[in-house]
Amino acid sequence: MRPILGFLAGLVFGLGLILSGMSNPAKVLNFLDIFGAWDPSLAFVMGGAVVTTFLGYRLAWRRPAPVLLPDFDIPRRGAIDTPLLAGAALFGIGWGLGGFCPGPAWTALPLAAPGTLVFIPAMLAGIWAGRRLKSSPAPALRS
Amino acid sequence: MLPVTPTDFTPWASLGGGILIGLSAVMVMALFGRIAGIVGITQGAVTAADRDWRIAFIAGLIGAPLLWLLASGSFPAQTVSGNLPMMALAGLLVGTGTALGSGCTSGHGVCGLARLSPRSLAAVATFMACAALTVFVLRHVAGGAA
Repeated sequence: MRPILGFLAGLVFGLGLILSGMSNPAKVLNFLDIFGAWDPSLAFVMGGAVVTTFLGYRLAWRRPAPVLLPDFDIPRRGAIDTPLLAGAALFGIGWGLGGFCPGPAWTALPLAAPGTLVFIPAMLAGIWAGRRLKSSPAPALRS
Repeated sequence: MLPVTPTDFTPWASLGGGILIGLSAVMVMALFGRIAGIVGITQGAVTAADRDWRIAFIAGLIGAPLLWLLASGSFPAQTVSGNLPMMALAGLLVGTGTALGSGCTSGHGVCGLARLSPRSLAAVATFMACAALTVFVLRHVAGGAA
């Protein structure tokens, strides 16, 4: 049951990315180009997604536990620290360069554009590196 | 230089797509009790004890354009840069940054803002500003084509 419903949730997410235009890097880059070819569509994606999630979470949390796993696993309210802000800054630069964030990159995979086939392995390598960096003892990246 | 592909303003399709993304995030919370952050799900697909649904979720993301193709007769419109060194750098930065910063557009942007998390709000403001600045520099400062 878990894999079937997991697949279904991924499919709905992916269709949302496609319908919204978020899966097209050209649309993302134009959204980010406020002083140029600005296309504000993605503000509507964000608005629709956040409001739906805000309302739906409150319904989901009425149950004592999720349907298919024993407990809710929700991030604790931590501090706004250096890894958070440095990571977000690096991500923003990469997003502005390629127009891909992680979800749209996965949905782009079957279209097999050369840029996508280069982006995804690089992203996976980056995730591995980022995890190591986050758990490293480097004082500059510890909160 | 960075070529600019014009795109149409699509408020209704984008709103509808956003609602679908939100419904998926609610499914993940109601069924699995987890945040629907794509980077978190990707990491957990390798390392987490509950990796079965995570692997299936990513398979669903990859399956979406195929379903779109079956239903509409064509793949979704998409323009990906052919500048491969730049795309490699972009992928590396996106992966490193989202793992270090504990979230991406979905984890911080959708789920974090819906939870009214101050950490996510700070992350979203930072990555939006950095992304817009990057596009500004590429298109309008570094002799961009716009």
